[in-house]
Formats: sequence, structure tokens, C-alpha cells
Amino acid sequence: MKYKRDPELIRSVLGNRVQFILGDMACVYGGLLAGCSFFGGYPITPASEVTEGMARRLPRVKGTYMQMEDEIASIASVIGASWGGAKAMTATSGPGFSLMMENYGFAVMTETPCVIVNVQRTGPSTGQPTLGAQGDMMQAKWGTHGDFEAIALAPSTVQECMNFTIEAFNLAEKYRNPVCVMADGEIGHLRERVVIPDEKDLKIINRVTATIDKEKFIPFTNSQTRKNCKVPDFPTFGTGYHTYVTGLTHNEKGFPATDKQPDHEKLVKRITTKITDDIDKLTNVEKLYLDDAKTVFVTYGATARPAESAMEMARAKGKKVGMLRLKLVWPFPFKEIQKLASKVDKIIVPEMNLGQIVHPVREYVEGQCKVVSAPKIGGEMHLPHELYKYLEGK
Amino acid sequence: MPEVRTADKLNKKYLREEMWPTIFCNGCGNGVVLDYTFWALEEIGWDMDKVVFASGIGCSSRLPGYINADGLHTTHGRSIAFATGIKAANPDLNIVVFTGDGDCSGIGGNHLIHAARRNIDITVIMINNFTYGMTGGQLAPTAPLGSIATTAPYGNIEHPFDICKLLKALGANYVARWPVTHPYQPMKSVKEAMEKKGFSLIEFLAPCPTAYGRRNKLGDIKKHWQWYDDNTILIEDYEKIMKYGTEKEKEETKNKIQCGVFQDIQKPGFFEQYEKLVERLQKPGKGGKK
Repeated sequence: MKYKRDPELIRSVLGNRVQFILGDMACVYGGLLAGCSFFGGYPITPASEVTEGMARRLPRVKGTYMQMEDEIASIASVIGASWGGAKAMTATSGPGFSLMMENYGFAVMTETPCVIVNVQRTGPSTGQPTLGAQGDMMQAKWGTHGDFEAIALAPSTVQECMNFTIEAFNLAEKYRNPVCVMADGEIGHLRERVVIPDEKDLKIINRVTATIDKEKFIPFTNSQTRKNCKVPDFPTFGTGYHTYVTGLTHNEKGFPATDKQPDHEKLVKRITTKITDDIDKLTNVEKLYLDDAKTVFVTYGATARPAESAMEMARAKGKKVGMLRLKLVWPFPFKEIQKLASKVDKIIVPEMNLGQIVHPVREYVEGQCKVVSAPKIGGEMHLPHELYKYLEGK
Repeated sequence: MPEVRTADKLNKKYLREEMWPTIFCNGCGNGVVLDYTFWALEEIGWDMDKVVFASGIGCSSRLPGYINADGLHTTHGRSIAFATGIKAANPDLNIVVFTGDGDCSGIGGNHLIHAARRNIDITVIMINNFTYGMTGGQLAPTAPLGSIATTAPYGNIEHPFDICKLLKALGANYVARWPVTHPYQPMKSVKEAMEKKGFSLIEFLAPCPTAYGRRNKLGDIKKHWQWYDDNTILIEDYEKIMKYGTEKEKEETKNKIQCGVFQDIQKPGFFEQYEKLVERLQKPGKGGKK
């Protein structure tokens, strides 16, 4: 049974255009709208509703849902499905994300498009399963061994859970890289109004598949059909290209080339710069009151919400406070941080962890302004007045 | 007169010559399994554009690289989970997994049992050499009691897995075990397994003179290969002897490794069931369309 994206069928399964749903469910909707045809998952709080939502809806749009035996198998099946030609995703939370790390790297090394929704909780270890946190922001960037570039989006609203899951598929397909939707338990378990975009307003990107002569096709090199594109055309299994795909360092033909320095450097530089070269196109931030702001919250995900309230409280009292919200956290939008640092006195980074994204912020501020970490852990969101206090000091 | 099928002809058709020579040592059994696979592929006549070989990590997991077809060389132990995804995305593809005993039943044991339980439509060819050969001969979950490994220098005190009996209990559609030292039954068995719908597994007992034979004093390559003849027995013969044999015969036989087809049944495969589920959901009512 081969899947073909059927917009009418998808919309009939999703139902009303305007709904009041969970963030987790919005990720399901986003996946289905993007044309996800394979979901391999394993239940874990607070991401189980994504898996459940897929179990109910994916078969109805003629896609394949599978509950795998663990998260390692989930991401493995997703990568396999992608090579079989499917747009594929999984969903998990902290401990499951930890288990996925080896195959996350495999997806990077083999340039496999796929989407991981991570409805984050906290740790270490089992931590607080039912409560939200932003525990894995650094794991998305550094969690698998070796050098790689992550692509990760962080939704702050339920609507963004849907929109960013669609966007995650687009980026995965475009760059042939795994893409993470770094939601969190707060947003995942929040109910909000969402509007399902009309078909004509949907931007859907599909991977460029290999079409050139089989004898001339080179699977792991710059695209042979697009100029100045470091993303190779995708030789879907079963289309006759007889591609060998390995997690070992490989040459352009895909064959193991594990013992020479230049082979490794060439490969890893291509698969990292194919993303970093596009940093300007990828950068996706929301700017609030940055024209005159002297103190700025740099936020992402759920923490943007209390930070915005704190900012409004301060604005009401005439304080020049602004906010830069990172919709795409990885690759890190360093130019925006550099620009900001040259204009403001202080950057405050509220996070539901002991300070993760504050580190790259500090790295790119390079001492140009003060950087303050505003951490809160334990499964409770910052309250606006708690963040407001950070605006009072120097 | 029918064309004579020689290894040379099969190699020309199925071998990915750019990857030649192999990484395998002298006396290794992996190449023989590749020969049997080529024979079975030729016999079945699959379109090689529609066959995908998946594997994990280890010497036997390098086999897909030597086949002129799509291949996915995955992470250690996970090949069956990857293969499940490939098949799900495109059920028209035929999926064959090459794996070793450590890859399949050690680190990958969880995926193996669940794929068998779900009756996923793939064929697993597990090459059992009783050791982790690629990394130099560490203890495998299949290592016989008392055998020596670099990580069991004083002899193995763990009971080995009997993969075929495990898979039979899980209800896999086709389960067989053969030593690589005799070609005809295994070749036919590979064909049967690959043609089988649902989950099929063949365990090949294959010598690893470098990492296992040497350390366990099994002699030179010839003697090591002879060990498989001396220490394996057909399931039927084993059962007869254990039932009707003399005490001496029973004593000589009881520790031999049983070979043959352990299970050959026709439970519907996972994707056949899944397709029915999807069809059901397209009809109104019963959880389908409103």
C-alpha cells in the first residue's frame, strides 16, 4: 500500500478548520498536513498524545502508524521509512530523546530527512514525567557523538506546534537532515485555538529525488541537478539507483572510506555547511519592541509567554524592554544576537532549565552587553512578576 | 539444455564489484552465505531494483555492501527496526537483513523478538559465529558454555541463546538453522525464507577462525570447518536418536546443534493485516469515516 498525499482525505480526518486542541495534537495535525505517511513511536509522557493522535488518524489518511518496541526502534523505523520514500516522524520526550541519540546521528550522517517532535520534560533521568521543562535544548545540538548541525524549532503556542511541525518537514526535506520540534510539556499539554491553514496557503516542500541517469548518479555529493546546492538528490530505495547507505564515513559513492582524514573532513564539512551556509534563510525570530529596547528577553518555547507579560508590565511603566523570540533555535541565529548585543545594555534569558541557550547567547554577545540567565526548574513556568524582577536590577 | 549456474556467473550479476575485495579473513563463513543468497535470488528471480538489504554492525553486516542493490548499513543491533520502516514505506520492496549473532540477539535482541512477534514481512539472515569477530573476539550471547573469549578469558559461564527455538516460540513464520558447510539444504532454505510472507529467519552457523577458532583451539581452517560437520545434526535425526537410540548414541548426540527447518507456518504478515485495517477505515462507521 503506497501512500499518496490526499488533501481532501486529510482535511476530512482533521475535521473543522478552527479547533480547540492540545499542542501535542497540533503536532499530529501538522504532520498529517505536511504529508507524513509513516509514524513510528513509543509512548512517553508528555508526548503520548502525539503517538495516540497518530494511531487514530494516520491509518485513516492511508499512512502507516507503528508502535515500536522502544524509542531506538522508533527513530530507526522512521529513518528506514524515509529511505523507502515516506515522509516520516516520531515523537518523544527526554528519556526517549536520549535513547534516540545514536540513530539521530545516523540520520545526520546518512542525510535522511525525518522529524522528531520532542515534548520536553526534565531530568536528569526520569525526572518529572508529567511536568514540562526545556531539558533537551542542548541535547538536540550536542546529544549525538561527532560533529553535526542540528535544525530545531521551538513552538510557543499550540498554533505553532502545528505550523512548526509542517515547517520541520519542509526543512528536513530541503536539507536532508533530521529536524527537531522542541516543544515542551507546557505547550504540548496546553489547549488553544488553532486554525488549520487552507490548502492554497500551505507551503509543502518535498525532497528532490534522483532523476538523472543511473550510471552518472553520485549519491553523496553536491546535487547533480541544482547549482550550488550541497544537498544531494535523494535516491529513494526501490527506484533502481542501488545506493549503499552507511553510517560509516563514506566517499561520494557512499562506500566506506574510514581511514583517511580528507574523506572524513570533506563529508562532514559538506553535511554541516549545507545547513550553516543558509543561516540567513533559516533564521526565524520574532522581534518585540527592539527598536528602542535597552533590556531584552531572549526567549524560545513556553518561556516566551511569561517573558512577554513581564515585558508588557515593564512597558506600561515606561521601561524600555523588548523581546527576541527564537522560533528556530538551531542552527543558532547568531547574527541576530550579535546585532542585539551591540544595541542593548542587558539580555535576560529565561529558561525552564538551569541555563542552556544562555550559553550560545553569551558566546555571540562576546561581552558587548550583560547577559543574565533566568532559570526556573521543577516543572513550573516562570511567573511574569518573577521575570519582572530581572528587569529591576542593573 | 538449461544454463549452468556457476558462482562466477552469479557473481557477475549480483556482486557490487567496486567493493571487492571483501574485509573477510581466510576461512570466514560470510562469503559462503553471500553465495547461497545469490543462488536463491537467481532462483526466485526478483527484480534487483526492488530488493533492499539492511544490516547492523559487524563482519556479516558488511554483506549488503557487496551486493549490487540498495543497501542500508545501520547502527549496531538496529537493522531490523530500520528494515521495518523501509517495508512500511514501500511494501512492494523485498527486504533482507544480514546480521550477526551479537548484532541480532545481543544488542538487537529486543528488535528481533518484536519483529518476529509482529510477523513483519522481512527475511533475517543471521550469521552466528559464536563471537564478536570484527572487534576481536569478545563474548557473544551465543557463545557455548566454557568457550573462551577475550572478555571471557577463563571460560564462558553464561548459557547461550538458542535463537531458532526462541523465534519458533514467538510464532515467526519461517525459522531454520544450517551450518554453512553444506550448500544444498541451506540454499533451498534461503529461497524458502525469502519467498515467505511474514517474518522469516535463517541462522547460519559460520566459522570465524580468526577470532573464535584460534582462541578455542579448533585447529586450522580445515579442522575448524570440520567441527561444524561433527557437531551439528538434523532435527529429525536428533529426535529419532533421543527417542530410539542407545544410551551411547544419546550421549554422543545430546550436545550437538540441531539444524533444519524449525518452523514453517502461514500466519498473516503485519503489513497484510495493516492494509486490511486501512481498508476497513475507509468504510463508513466502525471507527472509519463519519
